[in-house]
Amino acid sequence: MAERSFVKEVKKLRLGAGETFYGEGILAVTKGLLQSGVAYVGGYQGSPISHLMDVLADGEQILAELGVHFEANGSEASAAAMLSASINYPLRGAVTWKSTVGTNVASDALANLASAGVMGGAVIVIGEDYGDGASIMQERTHAFAMKSQMWLVNPRPNLPKMVDMLEKSFQLSEASNTPLFFQLRIRACHLHGQFEAKDNLRPSFTLEQALRHPNRQPDKIILPPYTFIHEKQKLEQRWPAAIKFIIDNALNEVFDGPEKDIGIIVEGGLYNVVIRGLQMLGLAGSMGETRVPVYVMNVTYPLVDSELVDFARTKKAVLMVEEGQPNFTEQALNKIFNDAALTCRISGKDVLPAFGEYSGQVTKDGIKAFLEKYRPDLITTDATAGALASLKPTAEALTAAMAAAVPPRPPGLCTGCPERPFFAAMKMLKKDYGEIHISADIGCNSFGTLPPFQIGNTIMGYGLGAASSSAFSSVPGQRAIAIMGDGGFWHNGLTTGIVSAVYNNSDNVFIIIDNGYTAATGGQYIPSSVRSLKQDKQPARIQEAVQGVGVKWVRTMRSYNIAAVKAMVHDAMTSEYFGPKVIVIEGECMLNRERREKPLRMQNIKSGKRQTVARFYVESESCTGDHACIRLSGCPSLTIRPNPDLLREDPVAYVDNSCVGCGVCGENAHAAVLCPSFSRAELVFNPGSWDRVKQYIRTAVIGFLQRRADRKRARVSL
Amino acid sequence: MNHQIKRPITIVISALGGQGGGVLTNWLINLAEQCDYFAQSTSIPGVAQRTGATIYYLEMFPKAQAENPDKPPVMALMPLPGDVDLVVAAELMEAGRAVQRQYVTPDKTTLVASTHRVFAVSEKMALGNGTSDGAAVLAMARAAAKEFIAFDMESLAADLGCVISSILFGAIAGAGVLPFSREDFRAAIRAEGKMVEANIRGFDEGCHAAEKSRSDKEQKTSDDRPVGEIQGKANTPEGEALIRRIKALPEPAQEFARAGARKLLDYQDMAYAADYVTVLEGFAASDDDKASCDLSRELARYLALWMAFDDTIRVADIKTRSDRTRKYRAEVGAKDGQIVHMVEFMHPRLQEILSTMPVGMAKRVARSRLLTWVFNKFTGPRLSDTTKIIPFLMLYFVASLKTMRRRTLRYAQEHEEITRWLDRIRAVGTQNYDLAVEIVRCQRLIKGYGDTHARGLGNFHAIMAFVETGGDRVTADKIRRLRLAALVDEDGDALKSEMAA
Repeated sequence: MAERSFVKEVKKLRLGAGETFYGEGILAVTKGLLQSGVAYVGGYQGSPISHLMDVLADGEQILAELGVHFEANGSEASAAAMLSASINYPLRGAVTWKSTVGTNVASDALANLASAGVMGGAVIVIGEDYGDGASIMQERTHAFAMKSQMWLVNPRPNLPKMVDMLEKSFQLSEASNTPLFFQLRIRACHLHGQFEAKDNLRPSFTLEQALRHPNRQPDKIILPPYTFIHEKQKLEQRWPAAIKFIIDNALNEVFDGPEKDIGIIVEGGLYNVVIRGLQMLGLAGSMGETRVPVYVMNVTYPLVDSELVDFARTKKAVLMVEEGQPNFTEQALNKIFNDAALTCRISGKDVLPAFGEYSGQVTKDGIKAFLEKYRPDLITTDATAGALASLKPTAEALTAAMAAAVPPRPPGLCTGCPERPFFAAMKMLKKDYGEIHISADIGCNSFGTLPPFQIGNTIMGYGLGAASSSAFSSVPGQRAIAIMGDGGFWHNGLTTGIVSAVYNNSDNVFIIIDNGYTAATGGQYIPSSVRSLKQDKQPARIQEAVQGVGVKWVRTMRSYNIAAVKAMVHDAMTSEYFGPKVIVIEGECMLNRERREKPLRMQNIKSGKRQTVARFYVESESCTGDHACIRLSGCPSLTIRPNPDLLREDPVAYVDNSCVGCGVCGENAHAAVLCPSFSRAELVFNPGSWDRVKQYIRTAVIGFLQRRADRKRARVSL
Repeated sequence: MNHQIKRPITIVISALGGQGGGVLTNWLINLAEQCDYFAQSTSIPGVAQRTGATIYYLEMFPKAQAENPDKPPVMALMPLPGDVDLVVAAELMEAGRAVQRQYVTPDKTTLVASTHRVFAVSEKMALGNGTSDGAAVLAMARAAAKEFIAFDMESLAADLGCVISSILFGAIAGAGVLPFSREDFRAAIRAEGKMVEANIRGFDEGCHAAEKSRSDKEQKTSDDRPVGEIQGKANTPEGEALIRRIKALPEPAQEFARAGARKLLDYQDMAYAADYVTVLEGFAASDDDKASCDLSRELARYLALWMAFDDTIRVADIKTRSDRTRKYRAEVGAKDGQIVHMVEFMHPRLQEILSTMPVGMAKRVARSRLLTWVFNKFTGPRLSDTTKIIPFLMLYFVASLKTMRRRTLRYAQEHEEITRWLDRIRAVGTQNYDLAVEIVRCQRLIKGYGDTHARGLGNFHAIMAFVETGGDRVTADKIRRLRLAALVDEDGDALKSEMAA
């Protein structure tokens, strides 16, 4: 079970024609897949489409009833390769991943898929992780679509349109024999809205039919001479077929308005923000009725030249609203308008920022700048500018003052995280060694690069931590450290990192943090999880896997034993052994563990069973407010509060009620010789009679001595 | 002509992980949909879920005002600065961040915020006090908002045993900005169906508190320091005499002097407290022509802290007291009579053991290999459950060594340092009063145990050496900057560069 359960929500997937679906974008997309008659689905988790994988996993029963195969693919490359099922058969398939990172991983398979072309509709639902809230480098998937000649669908962000465009995407893919990307941004994935449901469709052609009657088409093989034929087909057959389908089915939309000498061309996903900008300028109504004509590209690649030329023919200028860079579409418009000998001017990145998210403010200001150039008479009002002008002293002054006062809140490891003790050990080791070159990776372990730990020099990609230390693997007497998580390990780190290190006889130290899940994306299962998605047993162990590929020096250790972890890493760094040294640091993701164990504890307490619950406590009187403990932890539950001592100025450390008693505070206090202020409280629920007897005697003795000391102290006071 | 725009109701919610921002959003969506509104929500979670803040954005639009009740209006997926009706912040700095992002404007925005703090890692990991100025954020938030409803919702939630999201939901109702009735709000909680009873209780109290907050404009910040009210009174003639002497000190110093004397009485005995007051009296004359009396005041604070140095006797004393047990049990939420084990993490080193011995004995042990070996058996990491008799007795014994504290090695070492420090203050004070005050304040650097203590003392010594040899560069301002630099990083890089500057 992943971090978020959709067990309740997936029931909505059963809704039929005439019923209204209320819910989240991700769930609506899943419903759209079922309404499209997909035969197989899969993908790899990552924000913002992690929940799509969770929905598919939780909805497996519904999928099975419809005869839909669900695969939790090992990586995006696996997912893309799965789409090859649609090359020879009229099977509809869909996979999902986080883009552009996932698209990068999948690109080999994608390029071959796009070359061969598909018979059944092949749709890749990508979560475009761009702008506010993104966690990856900022790039566009658009370039992938262009270089492989795949289509890019980018629907207006409301549920009816998203679901409708998803259904049309399968048809477009089939009509043009081309796989396509269906792009959703973060907010669209998490959008709550409503749409009229349709009945789910069973696949019209099934996987079983395919296997019973295999269809081999030699010209679909990616070898010359077919690859040359494919390239020709892309331009001469598939592209025109796609353009025809887009025009015939009116996938792109024109919202006309009275100010016909100008217009706005917008990517579908940005339609709402453009309309809101126009509303603020008094140029659009609440239902989207606009004075400035708007051409919405729900398909952002390929461009439909004839529609664009028709839209712009009588206009003196258009504004191209295209997020990210390079501005491929704006560049293409220049060529298209030039070929058509239009006089229409093209604005775009001249009035809008060249890069970064097109937020409401930025888009509105861009539209305003466009109007100032071509129709200044239309600018009569600016609702938000007026609101901001009412701020005192000024909006800028207030923002600057707040920026100075408000601390940043970077992501960090959760309360009780098993990776925290490992990074604490590494930080202590760094104190002994000085700086060490460490290749970091993607996942929760990435947070180790942030304060308070600041461990790691580079992040090269998911599972590539081990591989990124390879240049440093033959410096005599010096070793580099590479860190990766178990998710990255199974995704590709075993082959790209460990196998390669064995083959090249690397002398580096490789640390694999095994928390049992792809925890950063919401706790999905992986091959070494305690349980797996489809069967209740652990199918693979990391230690056995690395031994299997020839690593001789392998150690496995529980993360919470900080002193031992530190000693083991030191051992690996100084060992006489020449060759790759792998340390597996084990500790189950606390979010997942608590989700399983907390209800059990509650159940025990309720039903009268003896149960101990541990949490930590810091003595305010002996804490001197140096916060060395926090600099080795960063745990959300280890925080500060005002010093109760009038004379002391610095806040004292304090453990709040969210503490899960993982033990890191105590281990740190011991391993780093911090201070004697840490104490572990063990609350006993439903004690047995022996517990009570011991307690009675102890309280009697200790209470007597304490009362005596109290009386003595009370004799003098000030 | 301009279109007459019917604006949707726009709402921004900023909540930290675990505060139930998602639940709050669901309640608001339920509320709007059951009242015949189109409702849309979206959020930016992702990695922000891991200790970061999640921003939720909602829009609501009455179906009655749509041309076609089946066709929703075009709703935005993100807030526009200057276009937000209601901002809900589940923590004070998140309210500040909303103001920073210009979501709060005086023409339309009601800001509902909890004033409690969830400290960011940068605030927590500082070597001294790295906390942000909550009062400034409150003042700016109040200035920016049309209406500002703020109170400590976290402690209210804790008192009621509910989640903060239900208090926030109540505060939204109490703010009176949404066109829905109280009963509609409650129905939305019931429709969601999670922990209905506790959430309704939280809702009612949140609603009530928000109404009270609206009528009572002067709110207190949650991070006010405890006020320095000195309670208690002397119950012996010696005590009364000492209080009279404290009252003869410069007035601004009396509060700290009283607290300091009480601290030292508790730490050692009345004579020790009297020694302290004697030192203060010796400096009182320097403040004769100073209204602020900074020297006396600061010395009253820092001398007390230094004289109450944290030795093993002190730690054992703290850990064996009855009021400690009471406070401990309350803080970990133990019920009356519940068995709670208190497992202490201690790591005595040979130097701590030696420094608790009388000077002569400590020297003898240090010289003898055998005795060192024996006492080394007591060092190293250990866990001791002070609710068990043997570990308690061991600590009780160490605490009882208080009577011989004045003879211990540690006492001798600390008082040697103190004397040197006081001499320096005295020497400097006659020529440069401000510099003397800054030297007093450098005591702040000496704190903690083990490595922390060694680092702080090292920095203190480095600054004192600078006072000695710095020549013209030794000014009050320079010493202040050095002291702040010593609190910037553990490695001492900032102090080194400030020294060189």
